[in-house]
Amino acid sequence: MTSPTDQHNVSEQFHGLGDDIADTRAPSGPIDRRWEQRKFDAKLVNAANRRKISVIIVGTGLAGASAAATLGEAGYQVTSFCYQDSPRRAHSIAAQGGINAAKNYRNDGDSVYRLFYDTVKGGDFRARESNVYRLAEVSVNIIDQCVAQGVPFAREYGGLLDNRSFGGVQVSRTFYARGQTGQQLLIGAYQALERQVAAGTVTMHTRHEMLEIVMVPDADGTERARGVIVRDLVTGEVETHTADAVVLATGGYGNVFFLSTNAMGSNVTATWRAHRKGAYFANPCFTQIHPTCIPVSGDYQSKLTLMSESLRNDGRIWVPKNKDDVEKDPRDIPEEDRDYYLERIYPAFGNLVPRDIASRAAKYQCDDGKGVGPGGLGVYLDFADAIERMGRDTVEAKYGNLFDMYAQITGENPYEVPMRIYPAVHYTMGGLWVDYDLQSNLTGLFVAGEANFSEHGANRLGASALMQGLADGYFVLPNTIANYLADGPFEKIGDDHPRVVEARQAVEERVEKLLAVDGERTVDSFHKELGHIMWDYCGMERTEEGLVKAISLIRDLRAEFWRNVKVTGESTNLNQALERAGRVADFLELGELMCIDALQRRESCGGHFRAESQTEDGEALRHDDEFAYVSAWEFGEQQPVLHKEQLEYEYVEMKARSYK
Amino acid sequence: MKITVNVWRQKDADTKGSMVSYALDDVSEHMSFLEMLDVLNEQLTLAGEEPVAFDSDCREGICGSCGVVINGIAHGPEVTTTCQLHMRSFSDGDVIDIEPWRAGAFPVVKDLVVDRGAFDRIIAAGGYISINTGSAPEANNTPVPKEDADHAFASATCIGCGACVAACPNGSAMLFTAAKINHLGLLPQGQPERESRVVSMIEQHDAEGFGGCTNIGECTAACPKGIPLDVISQLNRDLLGALAAGKA
Amino acid sequence: MADEVYRGVVTTIQTRRTSAKRSTVALKYSMAVSGLVMLGYLLVHMYGNLKFFQGQEYFDEYLAGLEELFTPYLPEGGLLWIMRVALITALVVHVYAAMTLWRRNKAAAGYVGATRYHSKKGRTGIQRSYASFTMRWGGIILLLFIIGHVAQMLPNWLAPGGASDSTYERVVNGFELWWVVLLYTIGLVAVGFHLWHGFWSALTTLGQNRSATRNESTITWVSTFIAALICFGFLIVPFAVFFFGVGTS
Ligand SMILES: Cc1cc2nc3c(=O)[nH]c(=O)nc-3n(C[C@H](O)[C@H](O)[C@H](O)COP(=O)(O)OP(=O)(O)OC[C@H]3O[C@@H](n4cnc5c(N)ncnc54)[C@H](O)[C@@H]3O)c2cc1C
Ligand code: HEM
Ligand code: HEM
Ligand code: SF4
Ligand code: F3S
Ligand code: FES
Repeated sequence: MTSPTDQHNVSEQFHGLGDDIADTRAPSGPIDRRWEQRKFDAKLVNAANRRKISVIIVGTGLAGASAAATLGEAGYQVTSFCYQDSPRRAHSIAAQGGINAAKNYRNDGDSVYRLFYDTVKGGDFRARESNVYRLAEVSVNIIDQCVAQGVPFAREYGGLLDNRSFGGVQVSRTFYARGQTGQQLLIGAYQALERQVAAGTVTMHTRHEMLEIVMVPDADGTERARGVIVRDLVTGEVETHTADAVVLATGGYGNVFFLSTNAMGSNVTATWRAHRKGAYFANPCFTQIHPTCIPVSGDYQSKLTLMSESLRNDGRIWVPKNKDDVEKDPRDIPEEDRDYYLERIYPAFGNLVPRDIASRAAKYQCDDGKGVGPGGLGVYLDFADAIERMGRDTVEAKYGNLFDMYAQITGENPYEVPMRIYPAVHYTMGGLWVDYDLQSNLTGLFVAGEANFSEHGANRLGASALMQGLADGYFVLPNTIANYLADGPFEKIGDDHPRVVEARQAVEERVEKLLAVDGERTVDSFHKELGHIMWDYCGMERTEEGLVKAISLIRDLRAEFWRNVKVTGESTNLNQALERAGRVADFLELGELMCIDALQRRESCGGHFRAESQTEDGEALRHDDEFAYVSAWEFGEQQPVLHKEQLEYEYVEMKARSYK
Repeated sequence: MKITVNVWRQKDADTKGSMVSYALDDVSEHMSFLEMLDVLNEQLTLAGEEPVAFDSDCREGICGSCGVVINGIAHGPEVTTTCQLHMRSFSDGDVIDIEPWRAGAFPVVKDLVVDRGAFDRIIAAGGYISINTGSAPEANNTPVPKEDADHAFASATCIGCGACVAACPNGSAMLFTAAKINHLGLLPQGQPERESRVVSMIEQHDAEGFGGCTNIGECTAACPKGIPLDVISQLNRDLLGALAAGKA
Repeated sequence: MADEVYRGVVTTIQTRRTSAKRSTVALKYSMAVSGLVMLGYLLVHMYGNLKFFQGQEYFDEYLAGLEELFTPYLPEGGLLWIMRVALITALVVHVYAAMTLWRRNKAAAGYVGATRYHSKKGRTGIQRSYASFTMRWGGIILLLFIIGHVAQMLPNWLAPGGASDSTYERVVNGFELWWVVLLYTIGLVAVGFHLWHGFWSALTTLGQNRSATRNESTITWVSTFIAALICFGFLIVPFAVFFFGVGTS
C-alpha cells in the first residue's frame, strides 16, 4: 500500500500554491454560544435605513427564496432573479425525502449536539465545526417556521408531526411531506416571497439568467460586489442591476456530469463567473453520488431520476449470486441464489449504510458482472418482504408515489417485480468558499445554499441540504448580511460606470461569440461527452492516471467546443440552445478544476474513493494528517491557485469511519 | 418506431404561428416525450434550423415547467406531466399534434413556451400565510387532525403547470386557485386570512383574464397531480361565506 | 387585463382588479340561484300539467283557481304576478350572467382565429359530458322556446291549431300538429340537457359538491334524474295528445 507522501503529488504541475486562509468571522468560545455571540457582535441596521439599502439575490430555491422573503420582510429593497418562468420551479422543488431537525419529538435521544455530531462525522471531517453546530441549532426553528407557513408535513393520528429515520442515522429526526418534501418547503418559501412581491419589497425577475458579477472599488479601494449582469431570456436584452450587496443562491453544479438528478437548467454559471472574478471555489471535486436512482435506459436519456433514499428503510438490495442469472426474471431466482450484499458486508447498518458506501458497493457488483437491466447497470431493490410483513396497503401509504414514479418511468410494476436502481450524481458539496457569515472572499458577495461549500464537508447526509438551504436563507444570512449592510448604503453606481460597462460588454461579446462559431456539433453532444469523461474519471472512483487523462481530454474538448459548436438562432429572443451553450462552456472550465482538485486530494474521503488510498480490505482510507483542510481554489488565467483552510476539531474526535 | 409530429411554431409573441410537420425515424418507446423532442431538436440543429422551444426543468413531474397540448389533450394521453409521458403511449406511424397551452392569460412566448406569470400574481394576491421569519410558535403547539393535514396536502401538491387552464374550455384557472385556497384554508394556521384570501385571489384570478368556471371538470381530468374537483366547490363556499360576511 | 402585463418578466401586481362581488364566481352564484328558481317553477308547472289528464273541465278550473289563490289577501291573479315578476327577474339575471360569462370565457380560452387547438383529435376532451357542450346554444333554444310557448299559452296570440278560450282546448289543438309536437320535443330535450349539467353545476357553484370528480358526485346522478323527470314529465302531455288522441274529440 502506498501512502500519498511516498511520492511527489503529480497534481502540482496543474496548479499553483497560495497562502493558507482562515475563516476569521467565527467567534471562538464554547461551540453552543458561538452563533449567539456572532449575532450579538453584529452591527444592526436601523429599520428606517433598510428601505435605502438594496440587495440582489440570484436564485429562488430554498436558500434564495427564503432569504429574499426574510430580507424583504425586514424592509430591504430586494431584487431577485431566476432562470425559470416562476420562482416556484427552482430545483429545490424536486427534493423528495425530508429535512432534518433536532426536535427530539421521538424521545429517542436526539439533540442539537447529536445532529451536529452526526453531520460532522457524516461529512467525514471535512466541514467546519462552528458552521455545522449553527446549522443544527437553527434546524428546530426551520420546522416551526415552515409549519406556521402552512407546509403540510406528515402527521400522526394525534395531529402532531411525524418523523422518520433517514440513510445512515439511528434517530428519527427527518420531517417529511410524503415524497414531496422539497416541493412543500419551496412552496412555503415561494409564498412568503410572493407576499413580499405584493408588498413591493421584492422585485422578481423570472426568465433572467445571471451571466456576470460586477465588482466596483469604493473610495478606499476595497473591491465590493455591487451588481450583476443578467440576460432577459425572453428578449435577449442584457441588463445591469446594481445594489449594495449580492447574494448567490444558485444551487449546485451536478450537471457537469450531463446525467444527474439535477434539473435540466441547473448550472455553474453564476458561481463560475464569480470565481473568474476572484471568488474562491472550494472543494469542487466533492460530489455526492446517490445510490437509489432509476438506471439509464438508453443514450437519448436526458436526466436521471432519483427515488428517495427512504426506500432503503424497507426495501432490500440484492444481485444474483450467479452471473448467469442476471437476465432472468428476478422472481424466478430463489432466495439462496440472491446476494443481499449490503446486509452481508455491513451487518450493523445493512441496507441503510451511507450513500457513498451503498453507491460504490452497487458499482462493484456491476463491475463484477452481476448488474441487472440494460447494460448490466443496475441492482435490485426488492419490496417483496416488506409487502409480506406490512401489507401492500402500508407499503402503498408510505411509498405509493415513489412506486408510481418508478412505474411511470420504466413501465414496470414495482409491487410485483423488484425495482432496479443504480447510483447517480446527486449533489455537489463543493461551491464558492464562504466564511462563517456566508460571505465569500469577495467583499459584499454572499453565497447561500448548495452554491456555497460550507456545511457538509466531503459528504452530505440525507435530508441535510434542505436544512442548510433554509437555515442559510431564513436565519443565518439575514443576520450576517445585516452586519455588512450596516456600513451602507454605499455610493450609487450608474450604468455607465466603467466596471459596469466592461462587465456588460464581456457578456455581450460572449453571447455573440457563441453564435459566431457556427460549427458542426450540437451543444448537447459536447455536454454528453464531458459528462462521460467526468463520470468515468472523476466519479465514484478516481485514480491518478484517470484524472490526468481526464484533464487533457477536457482541454481538448473545450478547444473543440469553441471551434466547432453550433448554436442556431439569434440573441434577441428566447434561444434555449444559446442558454445551454453558455452553461456548457462554463462546465467545460469547471470540469477541469474538479479533476485537478480530485488529483490533488490524494485520499479517499466522503464519497470520494481514490483507488490509491484504501485499506487492505478495500475500504476508503482518509488522511487526516495531510488533507484535513478545505481546498479553496483561486482562478488563474494559466493555472488555478490552491489556498488551504486548515480544519480543526475541538468537539468531535476525528475517527475513521466504520459501518461494518 | 417512426413517427410524425406536427408542432406549433411561432417566433415570438407578436408573430403569427402555424403547425409545422417533422418526421422522426428512430424513436424508442423508452424515451420520454421530451426526450423525443430533444432528438428532434438535435436533428433540426444539425440541419441548421432553429430547434423547437419548450419549457422543462426537473423532468420528473414536480416543477411544473413542462406542458404542451398533445393531440388536443393537455399533457397528452396519460394523466401525467409531459415530461413523464413516455413514447410507449404511442405507436409506430403515429402522427402527433403538439401545441402550446392556449389561454388569453398565457400569452405564447415562443413555439411551445407560454408565459404563466399570472399564476405567480394570483399567489402574490393572497396565496400565503402572513408570518414573518422568526415569529413562529413551536410547531407542535398546533396539532392538525391527520385527515385535514392529508386533505390539505392533496391540494398542496399542485405544481402550477397550467394544464387545468389549457384543458378548461373556458380558460379558467379555478382549479389552480382553489387548490391553494384549500391547502391553506384547511389548516388551522390558515384560518385568520381565510376570507380575505379567497376574496383577493379571486379578484386577481379575474383580473388576469382567466375565464369563469362552469363546473365542466375537464381540469381535474387533465391535472397531473389529481387535484380533486371538490376544491372548486369549497372555494365557492368560502367566497360565498366571505361575501355574506361583507369581506369584499 | 392580461395583455397589459409585460411578458413573464416582472411579477409584480400590475393588473386592475374589480371587486369579488362582481367576480366570475359571484356571477355564477346569480346564475345558479336564478336557474334554481326557474327549476323550482318548472317542477310545480310540470305537476300542474299532469292535471291535464283529469279532463278539460278540471284542468281549466285548476288554472282559473290559480288566479284565485290567496284572493282575500292578494288581488286576483296576485300570486301569479308575483311569480311572474320573480321568473322574469330570474330569466333576465340568468341570461345577462350567461352572456357576460360567455363573452369573457371565449376570450379567456385563447382562440387563434376560429379554433383553440388546431389538432382534430381530442375535441371532446377527456370526460366532458355532452350536456356541458350544449349549455349556451341550448340556453338560446330554451329562450326561444319559452317566448313562443308563453305567447301560445297565455294570451291566445299564437294559437297553432286554432284559438280557444279554453286553455285545455288550445293545448289539444296545438299538439295535434306534428310540427308543434316536434318543436316542443326539441325544446324539452334542450331543457333536459340544460338541467342535466345545470343542476349539478348550480349546486357545485353554491359549494355543495364534495366529490373528487364529477362522475363520483351524487349530485351528478340527482341531476340526471331531475333532467329526465322534467323532460319526460312534460313530454307526456304532447305525446298523449298526438299519439294517443287524449283530449281530442
Ligand atoms: C432529486 C433530488 C432530491 C433531493 N432530495 C433531498 C432531500 O430529500 N433532502 C435534502 O435535504 N436534500 C435533497 N436534495 C438536495 C437539495 O434539494 C438541494 O441541494 C437544495 O434544494 C438546493 O437548494 P438551493 O436553494 O441552494 O438551490 P436550487 O434550489 O437549485 O435553486 C437554484 C436557483 O438559482 C437559480 N439560478 C441558477 N443559476 C442561475 C443563473 N445563472 N442566473 C439566474 N438564476 C440562476 C435557479 O433559477 C433557481 O431559482 C435533493 C436534490 C435532488 C436533485
Ligand atoms: C333562457 C335562456 C337561457 C340561457 C341562455 C341559459 C344559459 C345558461 C348558461 C350559459 C349556463 C351556464 C352553463 C354552465 O354552467 O355550464 C346556464 C346554467 C344554468 N341554467 Fe340556464 N339558460 C337559460 C335558461 C334556463 C332555464 C329556463 C333554466 C331553468 C329551468 C335554467 C337553469 C340553469 C341552471 C340551474 C344552471 C346552472 C347554474 C350554474 O352553473 O351555477 N337555465 N344557463
Ligand atoms: C309540454 C309541455 C308544456 C305544457 C303542456 C305547458 C302548458 C302550459 C300552460 C297550459 C300554460 C298556461 C298556464 C296559465 O294559463 O296560467 C303554461 C304557461 C307557462 N309555461 Fe308551460 N307548458 C309546457 C312546458 C313548459 C316549459 C318546458 C317551460 C319552460 C322552460 C314552460 C314555461 C311556461 C311559462 C313561463 C308559462 C307562463 C306562466 C305564467 O306566467 O303564468 N312551459 N304552460
Ligand atoms: S391544478 Fe393541476 S393542472 Fe392545474 S396547475 Fe395545479 S397541477 Fe397543474
Ligand atoms: S374545466 Fe373549467 S369549467 Fe371549471 S371545473 Fe374545470 S375550471
Ligand atoms: S419538467 Fe418539471 S414537471 Fe415536467
